[in-house]
Amino acid sequence: MATLRRPFFWILAAVVALFAVLPAARGDIELRESLLLAAIYITLASNINMMLGYAGYVNFGSIVFFGLGGYVCVWLMGAHGWPLAAALVAGGTAVSALALVFGLGILRLRGVYFALSTIGVNEGVMAFVTNFAPWGGSSGIYLSPALFQPLGGPAQALWAIYYLLVGVMAASLYLSYFVKRSKFGMGLLAIGQNEDAASVLGVPTPRYKAAVYSLSAVLPAIAGGLYFFKSAFIQPPDAFDLQLSTETIVIAMLGGQGTVVGPAIGAFLYEQLRSWLLTSESFSHFQLVISGVLLLAIVLFAPGGLAGWLYRRWPRLRSILE
Amino acid sequence: MSALLEVSELSKNFGGLQAVHALSFAVEEGAILGLIGPNGAGKSTVFNLVNGVFAPDAGRVLFGGQDITGLRPHLVARSGLARTHQIVQPFAVMSVLENCIVGACFGGKNMPLEEAREAARQAAMRVGLEDRLDTPASQLTIAGKKRLELARALAAQPRLLLLDEVLAGLNPTEVERMIQVIRAIRASGVSILMIEHLMQAIMSLSDRIVVLNSGQKLAEGLPAEVANDPAVIEAYLGDPALAAELRAA
Repeated sequence: MATLRRPFFWILAAVVALFAVLPAARGDIELRESLLLAAIYITLASNINMMLGYAGYVNFGSIVFFGLGGYVCVWLMGAHGWPLAAALVAGGTAVSALALVFGLGILRLRGVYFALSTIGVNEGVMAFVTNFAPWGGSSGIYLSPALFQPLGGPAQALWAIYYLLVGVMAASLYLSYFVKRSKFGMGLLAIGQNEDAASVLGVPTPRYKAAVYSLSAVLPAIAGGLYFFKSAFIQPPDAFDLQLSTETIVIAMLGGQGTVVGPAIGAFLYEQLRSWLLTSESFSHFQLVISGVLLLAIVLFAPGGLAGWLYRRWPRLRSILE
Repeated sequence: MSALLEVSELSKNFGGLQAVHALSFAVEEGAILGLIGPNGAGKSTVFNLVNGVFAPDAGRVLFGGQDITGLRPHLVARSGLARTHQIVQPFAVMSVLENCIVGACFGGKNMPLEEAREAARQAAMRVGLEDRLDTPASQLTIAGKKRLELARALAAQPRLLLLDEVLAGLNPTEVERMIQVIRAIRASGVSILMIEHLMQAIMSLSDRIVVLNSGQKLAEGLPAEVANDPAVIEAYLGDPALAAELRAA
């Protein structure tokens, strides 16, 4: 395996080990909850990065994958008694298939028009779910605490969910890396820089764009399933939170769009900042102001984000961190 | 020799403007066909119709016996036809090598990544970019970017190459180098259809020349025939008297 010789693989393994061991070794629930949120942010940011950073398409509504994945999973478990694993797989598959259908439609649009249409997808799906009786309409779905029993009761279940989310995070980072080093990724990067030239050189642009849109939906959908199973409750405003969607873009750009580790670094820092602000009395939700300022600063002064800036200063880092 | 590319009765309108009208020509296997004409004659449009950027309103394009009329650009590329752009279109953030790898991976040969890397390296070498492999495309000079356009197209190992003004904007030394590169490409068995404003260059490179004016074929023949055709001279200079005067001089 050539992969094993690359530094990135070992860095990834080390990060996952830290996520897995630190909270358990110290029995620190608060740390676990903070890292759980970080894992979700990293998952969302890494996946949106394949659209935004590789293919150059701004997806403002990527949270729709997370929310729909949550709904499918919670509904299958609550109403049909599916076990968690099957419900997660079903959620990932269904949302990815739906994304493929949407993608083939809206990816004919480019630039601002595409970005606007992604907001439309999110709002449209939210409106549909809000009026969809089998999913509880606007009041959503509650899960019975009894569903935690197969995982060994609520306390054990929360740990299990945490580890599964860390696994989803690791899979997201690996996917991001794998795609970037593949022929598919080469085509996406070409599309991101000059779609017309890419097409003239033979990159099958319509197929690749739809494929990456669909691929970037799988792991967020599974993360959504885990997150809403953990809450044992899902309703439209939480599932399709456009604000979280926008924050994901800020995170990817802050860390460095188009790089593999950039979005992860961005997600981790952003989560730290957010939880620090949330706990302060006068600044709760102040992260939105900061994320706005950050986005402006990045776009104006450091379009490559944190990773881009690091790679410019130390070019060797690029081959280590990817 | 048989025709590799056969264009017959090709037409395209943009709004009310007849950009190309009932144009027919053929590129023989292993030959260089020059496409010349005044600005706005429709030369680049012909390229765009052949490689699928625009779908023609009428007419047919046969490539290697296959009908590729109106096929999307990436499918045309897949069939073994590569082109360069008059206005260079590099992938700015990618290195020279990566730019060429894209050409190699997705072109006619549909190579896997590792094989494409080698083909890309060779293509870069053929145009003289071997010492700039890791340079980001954005940092190349205009001559460098022109060569990159060519290298990227070559990396695909095409059967037919469409060259859209690869000599424009180069200084005389660079033009001379580029001409040698084009000769070497043809010698390696690739057929070429090229648009060029630099008359001496295209006259010496082409086996045959097609002259386009207002979207229609004005003349076709050997370079020497075309150069002395009064209709061609008039189209370029606008005034037969002035043309006669210049020819006499």
